[in-house]
Amino acid sequence: MAIASSDTAIRTGRVTRFFLYLVLILFALFYLLPFGVMLVNSVKPLAEITGGNMLSLPDVWTLEPWFKAWSSAQIGVEATGLSPYFWNSIKMVVPAVAISTILGALNGYVLTKWRFKYDTLIFGMMLFACFIPFQIVLIPMARILGLTGLAGSTPGLVLVHVVFGLGFTTLYFKNYYQVFPTELIRAAQIDGAGFFRIFQRILLPSSGPIIVVSVIWQFTNIWNDFLFGASFADLDSQPMTVALNNLVQSSHGVKEYNVHFAGAVFAALPTLLVYIVAGRYFVRGLMAGSVKG
Amino acid sequence: MGFLDIKNATKSYGELEVLHKVDIEVEEGEFLVLVGPSGCGKSTLLNMIAGLEEITSGEIAIKGTTMNGVHPSKRNIAMVFQSYALYPNMSVGQNITFGLEMHDVPKPEREKAMNNVAKLLQIEQLLDRKPGQLSGGQRQRVAMGRALVRDPDVFLFDEPLSNLDAKLRVDMRTEIKKLHQKLGATIVYVTHDQIEAMTLSTRIAVMNGGYVQQLGTPKEIYNTPNNLFVATFMGSPSMNLVPVKIVKLDKGIAAETSNAHGQTVSLPFSSPSDELKSYVGKTVILGIRPEAFTDPGGADRDASNIVEIDNEVIVTEPAGSDTFVMTTLGGKECNARMRADVQVKPGSQARFAINMDKAVVFDTDTEMRIP
Repeated sequence: MAIASSDTAIRTGRVTRFFLYLVLILFALFYLLPFGVMLVNSVKPLAEITGGNMLSLPDVWTLEPWFKAWSSAQIGVEATGLSPYFWNSIKMVVPAVAISTILGALNGYVLTKWRFKYDTLIFGMMLFACFIPFQIVLIPMARILGLTGLAGSTPGLVLVHVVFGLGFTTLYFKNYYQVFPTELIRAAQIDGAGFFRIFQRILLPSSGPIIVVSVIWQFTNIWNDFLFGASFADLDSQPMTVALNNLVQSSHGVKEYNVHFAGAVFAALPTLLVYIVAGRYFVRGLMAGSVKG
Repeated sequence: MGFLDIKNATKSYGELEVLHKVDIEVEEGEFLVLVGPSGCGKSTLLNMIAGLEEITSGEIAIKGTTMNGVHPSKRNIAMVFQSYALYPNMSVGQNITFGLEMHDVPKPEREKAMNNVAKLLQIEQLLDRKPGQLSGGQRQRVAMGRALVRDPDVFLFDEPLSNLDAKLRVDMRTEIKKLHQKLGATIVYVTHDQIEAMTLSTRIAVMNGGYVQQLGTPKEIYNTPNNLFVATFMGSPSMNLVPVKIVKLDKGIAAETSNAHGQTVSLPFSSPSDELKSYVGKTVILGIRPEAFTDPGGADRDASNIVEIDNEVIVTEPAGSDTFVMTTLGGKECNARMRADVQVKPGSQARFAINMDKAVVFDTDTEMRIP
C-alpha cells in the first residue's frame, strides 16, 4: 500500500520544493507590495514622501498622519477626519449584511426545501441581481428612495445594498441547502417542527461555513461600495469610501500623501480583519458540497 | 375496518398516475411489508401514509379517522428513514427527544421516555454523542429510538436496512423482528429486498408499476403467486419458468416439455383443477421453485407426486449449504437446488426429482396463475 500511495502522489524533491516556495514567496511579495507601500508611507512625515523615494523606509517614524486622517483632516468642507464616516459605514454595513444574509438563507431554504410552482423562474430572476450593472438602476433606485422617503439616509443605503446582495446570498444558500438531505426536513416535519423551527433548529446550526461566506462577501462588497454611497447618501450618511475620495480629491491646499495613505489603510482595515478572522472558512464554505455532501 | 385503512388511494403528478387505486387494510399489530422494484410506488405510498405526500384521490385512515390533509406531526406516526435522517447538530439524546420537545412534552417526561428507549435499544452509553461519531448500526438504533420514543400508532420504515453491510443487515433484521414481537406495534415497512419482506412480515404487498400485484401472507405470496411478476420477484434464486404443453393422460393431465437432449418429458399434475384441465392442448408456463427441483435423495418425503427425470448438467454452483445445479427444460435454463454433497459434474447426466405438488401454472397471455 505504501508503495502504491507514493506512486500516485506528485514527487517533490528538494530542488523542486525550493523553486516551488521561491515562486510562491515572490507572488506573495508582489501581492503584498501595494499594502506595504501604503503602510510605509502612512508613517512618514510628508517631506520625506515629496522629497524622496516612495519605497524606502521612513527616517522619522510618526503616527501623526494616522491621527490626522482619523480625526482632523479636511473632508469636503469640514475638518472632521474620517471617523464620522467610518461609523456611517459601520451603521450601514452591519444591518445590510445581517438582513441580506438572513433573507438569503430563508430564500435558499424555501427554494430547495419548500419548492413551489415556478420557483426556478423566480430564482432565475433573482440571479439578475448578480449580473445587472449598478449604473442601470441608479435612476429607478433614486426614484424609489425618494418615494419611500429614504433618500439620503443610512436606512436607504441599507435597503439598496440588501436588494442587491440578495441575489448573491440566495445563490449561496440555495447551492448549500441543495445538498442538505431533504429526509432531515421530513423527519423534523414528522417530529412536529414547523417552517421556522426547522430552519432555526435543523438548518441554521449546519450552515456555519456558508454564513461565513455570505458575511465576508457581503461585508467586502458593501464596505467597498462607492457608487451607491456617492449617489444616494447625504453628508451625514456618507460612507467611508466616499469620504476617502473627498479627502484625496480635495482641490485646495497641499496634497498630504501620508494622510491619504493612512486614510486608505483605515478604509481597508475592516475588510482585511474580516478576511483574517474568517478567511479560512471562506474557501471551506465555497467548496462545501462540491466533493461530498 | 382495519387499524390503518388505505382505500382506493391514488397518486398522480399532473397527468401521470403513479399509484393506482391501492386498497390495503392493516390490522393492529400487523407487520405489513411493501415490496417491489425501484419505481414501483412503494415509497410514495409510505410517504402518503406519513403525510409527506398528498393523496390525489381515495382515503387513508388511522384508527377510523381520515388522515387526508392532516399534518404529518398530527397523525401520531413515526418514521425511520433510509438515511436515518439524524439531526447532525444534535446529540443522540436530543435527536431522540426532539419530537417530544416539539409536542411540548415537559422535560422530566422527555428524559424518562428517552432513558426507557435507550435501555430498550442498548444505546444508553451513546446518548451524549453526535450522530457523526456513530457507526452505521448505532445510527440505525438511534433512528429507531427516535421513532419508538413517540409511542406512535403506526411505525413507518423506509428501507431502513439498505445502508448497512450484509452481516449487520441480518442482525438488525432480527432486532426489528424481536422489537415487533415485544411491542406488538403496527408497522408498515418498505423494502426492495424480498428476503427482508419474507422474514419480517405478517403480510406482504408486492407492488409493481403502481399496482399492488398481490397482498397476502408470506406463505401465500411464495407458494401461490398471483402472476408471473410476483413469482419471479419473490424467492432467490427465482422460480423456474418453463413453457409446457398441457396433455391429457389416462388419469388426469400432465405438463409436457423437453429436456436438454430434446427428449420429451412428461410431468403429471398432482390434483389439477377443472380450470387447468380446460387448458389441455394449450401451452402454459409451469413454475417450479428451485427447492422443488432437486436430486432424488433430497426430495421432500411428504410430497405425494415426485417425478424423476434425467437431464444434462450445465453448471454447478456449490453454495455451502446447497449446491445449485443448472439444467435446461423446454429450452429454458433452470436452477435445481440439490444437497450440498451431491455428486454431479457439468456436462454429465444427472437424475433430477421434481415435486409436482409445489408446481404452479400461469397463463401465457394474461400471465396470471391458473388456480
